Amino acid sequence: MTTDVTKTGAAARPGLLKRIRNSDVWWSFTRSKSAMIAAVILAVLVSAAVFAPLIAPQNPYDAAQLDMWKAELPPIWEPTGEWPYLLGTDTQGRDMLSAILYGTRISIVIGLFSVVLSLLIGMTAGLCAGFFGGVVDNLLMRFGDITLSIPTILIAILVSTVVRQMLPDDLREIGAAAVLVFAIALSSWVQYARTVRAQTIVERNKEYVQAARLLKVPARRILAHHILPNTLTPVLVAATLNFGMAILTEATLSFLGIGMPPGQPSLGTLIRIGNQFLFSGSWWIVLFPVIQLCLLVVVVNILGDWLRDLLNPKLR
Amino acid sequence: MLVFTISRIANAIMVMLAVAMLAFLIFRLAGDPVELMVTEQTTQADRDAIRERLGLDDGVATQFARFVANAARGDFGISYRNGQDVLTLIGERFPATLELVLVATLISLVVGLPLGVLTAIKRGRWYTESLQFLSIVGVSLPSFVVGILLILVFSVILGVSPSFGRGEVVQLGWWSTGLLTPSGRAALILPAVSLSLYQITLIMRLVRAEMLEVLRSDYVKFARARGIPRWRVYFRHALRNCLMPVVTMTAMNIGSLIAFALITETVFQWPGMGMLFIQAVTFLDIPVMAAYLCIISFIFVALNTLVDITYAVIDPRLRASH
Repeated sequence: MTTDVTKTGAAARPGLLKRIRNSDVWWSFTRSKSAMIAAVILAVLVSAAVFAPLIAPQNPYDAAQLDMWKAELPPIWEPTGEWPYLLGTDTQGRDMLSAILYGTRISIVIGLFSVVLSLLIGMTAGLCAGFFGGVVDNLLMRFGDITLSIPTILIAILVSTVVRQMLPDDLREIGAAAVLVFAIALSSWVQYARTVRAQTIVERNKEYVQAARLLKVPARRILAHHILPNTLTPVLVAATLNFGMAILTEATLSFLGIGMPPGQPSLGTLIRIGNQFLFSGSWWIVLFPVIQLCLLVVVVNILGDWLRDLLNPKLR
Repeated sequence: MLVFTISRIANAIMVMLAVAMLAFLIFRLAGDPVELMVTEQTTQADRDAIRERLGLDDGVATQFARFVANAARGDFGISYRNGQDVLTLIGERFPATLELVLVATLISLVVGLPLGVLTAIKRGRWYTESLQFLSIVGVSLPSFVVGILLILVFSVILGVSPSFGRGEVVQLGWWSTGLLTPSGRAALILPAVSLSLYQITLIMRLVRAEMLEVLRSDYVKFARARGIPRWRVYFRHALRNCLMPVVTMTAMNIGSLIAFALITETVFQWPGMGMLFIQAVTFLDIPVMAAYLCIISFIFVALNTLVDITYAVIDPRLRASH
C-alpha cells in the first residue's frame, strides 16, 4: 500500500533529477562547452577543498607536522624536490598543496557566507522598500546611494578594520572570518536591494498581489510567498557573479594584511606570504596560490556569465 | 536647468554629509583616541590635556559639527602616528596617485577602444573569440595578482623594469612629477599597466556592445551603400556614436580607480595616498583613514554630479524626469 502511494506520488511529480534534466537550464548547459568545462573544474576545486582533510598530505595548521628541515623545497619535478611535497614547501616547511587546499576551503566558505548574508540584507531591504514605499523606501534607498558613493573595496577595508577593533582581543583571531563576511556583505548588498525593489514595485501592482491584500493576507506572507519568488531570477544571476567578486575581495583584504591571519591562511594570505619571497627565487610559494585563486574565480565568472546570458529575457 | 543643477548639487552635499557621518563614526567606534595616541609613560595630566585639546568632552553633536566644519576647510586634524597635518600628508602623496591613475586611464583607452571595435566587426573569428575569453579572465584576475605576475615576469625573470618606488621625481611647485625623468617613467610602466588591465576589459566590452548595436542601424548601412570604405564607416561614423557612454564610464571610473590604486600601490610600493591609507589602517591612524574616505568620496561624488549635469545640458529629455 505504502509503496503504491509513493509510486503515484512520483508519477504525479517527477523526481528532482528528472525535473532538472527536463529544464531549459540543463538543455542549454549541455550545449555550452565552456559552461560544462567550468562546472567540472569548479566541482573538482570545491570537492578538493571540502575533502581537504582527507586528501591533503599534511595538516598545515598542526605545527607538529611541520618540518623545518624541509623548508623551501621546490616542486617535485625540480631536481631538489622531495616526495610527498608535490608543489614544494614554504619557509616554515609547510606543504604548499595542503596549504592551498585548506586555503581554498577558507576562501570558498567566506565567499559563500558573505554572498548569503548580503543577499539576506539586500533582499530584505529591497522587498521592504518596494512594498511599503514612502519613507521606508526613501530611507533605505538613500542609504544605498551613500553606500554606492564609496568604492566597495574601501567599505570592506574600513568595516573590517573597525569591527575587528571593536572585538575583544581574544576573539580577533577566531572571529577574523566572521568579520570578513560581515565587511564584504555590507559592501555589496545595494545591488540586490535595487534589483529586488524594482521587481517588487512591478509585482506589487499586479492582480494576484492586490487579491491577496484584499483577503487580508499579512504583509510578511505576501512578501515571502507571493512577491519574493518572482524576484529571484535576476538576483540569483547577480549572486553567482558576486560570489566570484566576494572571493576576490576576501583575497584582496587578506593580501593587504587586513583579512585572514597567517595562522588560518586563505588564498589571499598565502599570496601575501609568498609575495615576500618573490625575489628570493622561491617562485612556487606565490605562484601556486595565485593560479588556484585565478582558476577558482575564472570558472565562477564563466558560469555566472553563461547564467546571465541564459536568463536574460532580452537575449531570448 | 538651474533647478536641476541645484538639486543635483544639493543631493551631492547630502551624500557628502552622510559620508562625513560615517567617517566620524569610525572615530567613535574604534576606541578612545587618547589611548591610541599616548604611550604607557604618559601622565594622567597629559592625557587630560590631549582630551581637552581634541575637545572629546563635548557632546557628540558638537563634535560632529566641528568635524564637518573643519573637514570642509580641509582640516582633518593631525596624524596619530607622526603628529603631522593629515591634509599635508595626503597632499604630498596625491600627485603620485593621480599620475598613476591618469596614465592607466590613457593606456586603457588606447588599448581598449581598438580592441572593442575589432571584436565587434570581426565577430566569430578565432582571435576575437579568444579576446572575448581573455576579457573574462581579465575581469577575474584580482589587481594584486596582475601586479605580482608582472613583477615576476618583468622584474624577476627578465629584469627589465623596476618593481618598486617611483624613481626620480621633479618638483613643480607643490606638485611632484615622475613623468619628466627616465627612471620615473620606467617605474610608472608596470603599475600603470597593472591598474589599467581591468579598465581595458571594461572599455573593450562596452565598445563591443555599443558597436554591435550601431552597426545594425540604418545610417551605417546607407554609408556602406554610398560606397564609403568599410574602415572609414567603422571608425568615422560608427565609433563616434559609441564614444559617449565610453567617455562617461571612463570619467566616472576615475574615482574608483583612485580607490583601487591602493592595491596596486601596495604591490609596487608606489608612494601614493593609497599606500598611506593602508599604512594608516595597520597603525589604526584614524584621522588619516577618515580623511582618505572623505577625499575619495568627494572625488567620486563630484565626478558623478558633473557627469549628470553635463548629460542634462546635452540631452534635454533627462531634465524633465527630475
